[in-house]
Amino acid sequence: MNHTAKDRPGDAVAFVDERLGAARGMRWLMDYVFPDHWSFLLGEIALYSFVVLVLTGTFLALFFDPDTTQTVYHGSYHALQGQSVSNAYASTLHISFDVSGGLLARQVHHWAALVFVAAITLHLLRIVFTGAFRKPRDINYFIGVTLLALAILEGFAGYSLPDDLLSGMGLAIAWAVAMSLPLIGGPFATALWGGRFPGSTAFESRLFIAHVFLLPAIIGGLIAVHLAIIMRQRHSQFPGPGRREDNVVGTPMWPGYALRSLGLFAAVAALLVLMGGLIQINPVWLWGPYHPYIGTNGAQPDWYLGWLIGALRLMPNLEIHAFGHTFVPNPFFGGVLFPGIVFGLLYALPWLDRRFISRDYRRHDLLERPRDNPRRSALAAALLSAVAVVFAAGSADRLFFQFGFGYEGAVWFFRGAFLVVPVITYLVTKRVCAGLAREQAHPLRGWSGHVVIRNRSGGFDADAEAIELDTAER
Amino acid sequence: MSRVWKTIVMFVLWRTGGLRARGQQPEVDPSERHTGAPAWAELLVVAVLLLVPVAALAFVALFVLDPNTQLLGLALGTTLALLACALVLAGRWLVPQETKVEQRPRLADPDAAREVTEQAAEGVEGITRRRLLAGAAGVAGAGLTAAVVIPVAALGPGLEEQLRRTPWRAGRALVDEQGNPMLAADIIERSFQTAFPQGAGTAAEGGGQEDLGSPVVVVRVDPATLRLPAERADWAPQGILAYSKICTHAACAISLFRDPLSPSTESKGPALVCPCHYSTFDVLDGGSVEFGPAGRPLPQLPLTIDSAGVLRAAGLMSGPVGPSWWGDPS
Repeated sequence: MNHTAKDRPGDAVAFVDERLGAARGMRWLMDYVFPDHWSFLLGEIALYSFVVLVLTGTFLALFFDPDTTQTVYHGSYHALQGQSVSNAYASTLHISFDVSGGLLARQVHHWAALVFVAAITLHLLRIVFTGAFRKPRDINYFIGVTLLALAILEGFAGYSLPDDLLSGMGLAIAWAVAMSLPLIGGPFATALWGGRFPGSTAFESRLFIAHVFLLPAIIGGLIAVHLAIIMRQRHSQFPGPGRREDNVVGTPMWPGYALRSLGLFAAVAALLVLMGGLIQINPVWLWGPYHPYIGTNGAQPDWYLGWLIGALRLMPNLEIHAFGHTFVPNPFFGGVLFPGIVFGLLYALPWLDRRFISRDYRRHDLLERPRDNPRRSALAAALLSAVAVVFAAGSADRLFFQFGFGYEGAVWFFRGAFLVVPVITYLVTKRVCAGLAREQAHPLRGWSGHVVIRNRSGGFDADAEAIELDTAER
Repeated sequence: MSRVWKTIVMFVLWRTGGLRARGQQPEVDPSERHTGAPAWAELLVVAVLLLVPVAALAFVALFVLDPNTQLLGLALGTTLALLACALVLAGRWLVPQETKVEQRPRLADPDAAREVTEQAAEGVEGITRRRLLAGAAGVAGAGLTAAVVIPVAALGPGLEEQLRRTPWRAGRALVDEQGNPMLAADIIERSFQTAFPQGAGTAAEGGGQEDLGSPVVVVRVDPATLRLPAERADWAPQGILAYSKICTHAACAISLFRDPLSPSTESKGPALVCPCHYSTFDVLDGGSVEFGPAGRPLPQLPLTIDSAGVLRAAGLMSGPVGPSWWGDPS
């Protein structure tokens, strides 16, 4: 059969199709519809931050030496010349001062990590407040919550690698938290660290392999499953004209969405590179190398650990001793129990929602606005406010340095706020949501209800003109 | 009032705000497709695309000639930002603007699910001792799990002895970071010294500066103000006290010393403070917790002063150093 040049499919497509039978799949992918809403981009920002993390992290791993053996520093940073530092710290300084583009890669990597966790957190809030975790998306929601936990762990592992003073102080706390686990704490922590903190030299390489291989591989795998499940179920969408439970309305992948999403990727990468180039972050040469007998005041971890340091600081000095033995050491409460409860509630949310909050077991593909489900929104806001109070408490020392608020008073204030603020948040959120739902008002766009006019027979007619006016103004 | 509340949460709601009022809407087909790119848009995208390699070349040139972090970031960031502009402009103005409606796949297929259940049941057809077999398989799985998991034990010695270890012995001299013996006469009030045990070997030998059991804080207070327990009456010669420098809360180094300048007007006395979570330990009464999350007192090291005026340990630490764990003796 002779084909004219015109009715032959593109050579590249034909090449792939004749070997893999991929044309059908490609057509399916090109027709795949993405509903439009700005909040749907938060997950994509997290995804693209992860790509930037993998790229910059690969570059950094080429130069980093995960070894805490002590060496004498002879690099181009004069202030530490001749000092005894670990190979890990020395190689971090080498990356920062002697490798071309090394400091840029380090700073982009660090900023990307902060944005990665931030984007996941905002994405999670969007999912929670719009009810997107309901059936059939509950499975994917569990994967997402797991990804948040892993991202925090991965970020902490990376923060701990350079063996600078703040790395070491963070690891000391992590060790104490691991030690505080009931029953298994002592043997567990000594096994992980290869001895008592700061442990044997084996610990640094364990941390390194976790940071550059184990955790990223698990995160990457879970992201792939996360996306595959989304594509199987299609995106959820907000209600609107022509949007129903059984369809998806939006921009198809080809060409509009592909260009837009690639544009977002380039924009995220651009922002991260600009931040990495222009805004200094974690200048480890100023912190100095870590030794167990050195500490510094006013230290703050990366933002996503703020709620954990806040919990450790807020906890009263309860420690359970009996019969000459310790049973539950104090760091357990702030470092294990509190995050355990928060993540436990997050994992339990789909069940809590269908069993107690919404009492609804059906499948939902149309999203709710926060006001559509005032109880859920209020409970979620209350949980968020509790975490936010603890997060703020983590910076009570900075409040003292910056504004002179007494530290002990601030701690007592935050302890009270932890009990009071969630209750107030619950009541306010519930009332505002109910009010908005009743008035059909949008907090920014104003009223968007329907005008009805009473007719002669006593019934009500929708006023077509008024509705049109309303639509036009929108 | 409701207006005020609206304002309070306006921003929060705006972030997740919905699109339209719900309510019953007439059935409409939202599909649409517009083509035809304005000429200026095509030229604009071409112009932006042509700027991309310019910025990229600037990055390359900087990398070779002057790898300055700020300029490198600016050049590469600009390259990516230009690319983002080109892509977004092309997506918005050049290609067809399209809204499509796609049917959502129906996920559940009860017939297929029933068949799967039946087929699974058929898989064990004709087997009589199903429970016994399932039990045996469970035992096999447990055994295999144990065999796979046990190599984790190779991670570390897991010796709790290590947790209790301290290089301090009666008679061991206190030395500073450089290894010079610490003289009682050199410890003055309101100062704060870190000391280590002399000749305790390296960290691998259970001593050395990197060992958690080693560092102690040495301070001097007015002996008249001391409130030590009776059995520690002779632990602080001349009012010189030594405490473990490792916080009993979370193993950070206690590196703050609060010593009010005018004890007559200040209600609080001298205390050691950990900068990680601000556990505050009373110096005068044997290191009890005055504030903060620490669950037990700071271990105290009994001191003595030898004939040469050098500070020496007079015994063992009063308790385990560092954070607590399940079953530790305290």
